[in-house]
Amino acid sequence: MIKVDEKGFYGKFGGAYIPEMLHPNIEELKDSYEQIMASEEFQTEFQSLLKDYVGRPTPLYFAKRISEKYGAKIYFKREDLCHTGAHKVNNTVGQIILAKKLGKKRIIAETGAGQHGVATATVCALMGLECTVYMGALDIQRQRPNVERMRILGAKVVPATSGSQTLKDATNEAMRQWISNPVDTHYIIGSVVGPHPYPEMVARFQSVISEEIKSQLKEKEGRENPDIVIACVGGGSNAAGAFYHYYNTPEVRLVAAEAAGLGVNSGKSAATTALGTEGILHGSKTILMQTEDGQVVEPHSISAGLDYPGIGPVHAHLFDIGRAEFVAVEDEDAMKAGIELSRMEGIIPAIETSHAIHALNMIEYQKGDVIVINLSGRGDKDLDTYIKWGGY
Amino acid sequence: MNRLQTLFENKKERVLSIYFTAGFPGIDDTMPTMEAIASAGADIIEIGVPYSDPIADGPTIQDSNMIALANGMSLKKLFDQIKDMRNTVSIPVVLMGYLNPIIQYGMERFLQKCQEVGVDGLILPDLPMQQYLDEFKDMFEKYGLSNTFLISPQTSEERIRQIDEHSSGFIYMVSSHSITGAKTGLTADQITYFKRVQAMNLKNPRLIGFGISDAETFTNASKYSNGAIIGSAFIKTVKNSVDLKASIHKYIKSVIQ
Repeated sequence: MIKVDEKGFYGKFGGAYIPEMLHPNIEELKDSYEQIMASEEFQTEFQSLLKDYVGRPTPLYFAKRISEKYGAKIYFKREDLCHTGAHKVNNTVGQIILAKKLGKKRIIAETGAGQHGVATATVCALMGLECTVYMGALDIQRQRPNVERMRILGAKVVPATSGSQTLKDATNEAMRQWISNPVDTHYIIGSVVGPHPYPEMVARFQSVISEEIKSQLKEKEGRENPDIVIACVGGGSNAAGAFYHYYNTPEVRLVAAEAAGLGVNSGKSAATTALGTEGILHGSKTILMQTEDGQVVEPHSISAGLDYPGIGPVHAHLFDIGRAEFVAVEDEDAMKAGIELSRMEGIIPAIETSHAIHALNMIEYQKGDVIVINLSGRGDKDLDTYIKWGGY
Repeated sequence: MNRLQTLFENKKERVLSIYFTAGFPGIDDTMPTMEAIASAGADIIEIGVPYSDPIADGPTIQDSNMIALANGMSLKKLFDQIKDMRNTVSIPVVLMGYLNPIIQYGMERFLQKCQEVGVDGLILPDLPMQQYLDEFKDMFEKYGLSNTFLISPQTSEERIRQIDEHSSGFIYMVSSHSITGAKTGLTADQITYFKRVQAMNLKNPRLIGFGISDAETFTNASKYSNGAIIGSAFIKTVKNSVDLKASIHKYIKSVIQ
């Protein structure tokens, strides 16, 4: 049974390895989030925002031409059609309502590709809360449109200039700011990472993805369970959402596509399960890329959203017990998959998502298998990267 | 009884602990820095074990961590550097480090090595109390090492009592809601918090850290505790020094006067 335990562990991964200064915040969240989430008041507001503001349910789209090419029945769960262009908003809508119920006045967040930052800035604008987003200085350069979107929405974007200047450093910086402002501030973590209860809380907000897949697939195929679900994994929030209601249905294969960067063994990679070992990152025990001395290795991926040296503890557990298959997709292959989807289905995907699409070429399946790929985001934000790559 | 416990037996006031980052500013500066801190008259040396992702530290200490790592510093290297420290340094020595490098080294091997070279205590800011009790407390005791927990203005009285029960050595009072090196000077709120904890009559001595930088802040903090810890201000001093020993002496003497 895959389920978080009382101390916040999935198997041996998870927990809350945090400085004492954050203990009251984490306790407050742990003690109240389940109760608040279960309340009718919360659910009414959450469901209504998901429907009318986010635009849920998102379609489960049967991709005819891609299906023909690959000889399987391939469906795309269209999270790219969510307001703000990715699944990230499912979580920020949930957490902002939670933050309000906790009486918080100010929101902070980290962001990699900028999708979570935009989704956070959006809900802060919606609720009239002050918003500060920490973003790696390198990511600020390569995701300019999202930076400007956050600013238009009224958020303050603060560069993280330490380390690799990407998502891990933005997360460090957001944690530091939370330590410095623990009373009035809520930290909206964007992925299934961080100290307990974040990984489970974020997964639950994202679990609407697999909840909808089940009912939509039932309608289209007469069955709730596909043969395979594929999602890309950086920290792993869209994958957690797409896998959530299938964790304990072993006949559904779960495939996680990590970013191999320039190649798993190139020294420029973010393929965490291929390269990582057990350790502690951002407050939880997980698998991370590190040196023998326990220093965190700076990852590389062409997609800012997968450029992270760890994975959420639930994914570390899925990997550890062999419940999910992990594939590592190189930059070049992901870019080509993005072009393929654009040309064959008229959908320009986020480069993160393109990794999941390329996974089709890396796994074995039977002819006629029903495969659901979580189309986690759209590619507008990646236009610069597509242009620079130029292979189209 | 280790050196820390002996120190607090004999000195109840104005205990000065100095934090520095191992392997900074130069990789071979670890021992000279420790010797200078001791000979200048500080009471405790806190060796910072550099880490790539120090989430409780501000820019000054982050920066020193990055430089130390770039210099080639590691836990293994540190134990090599300090293996004979007890020939020249007699004051208590505490290691402060994040959990991940220690776990990779191996907790038991780490604790054993600490005992072997003469380290007296540990401060592991991201090791939560529950995890310590569940997994490591017996091991710490086996190797005679004190463990220091942090408390902040947000820490409840109940939890401070628990921390006091499970600490040996001293309690590290974070002076405000902050990361290291953030603010200097003491506010009325901070003083209220110091007095509140002071009135709890804890069994462990208390040192105040974060925001202590000079004679004035040290003296003020010492009014409400057994002393204080200086980190970022010290790092700035050594970073800009030409003569390491002379700078350290001048700085520490200016603080303890």
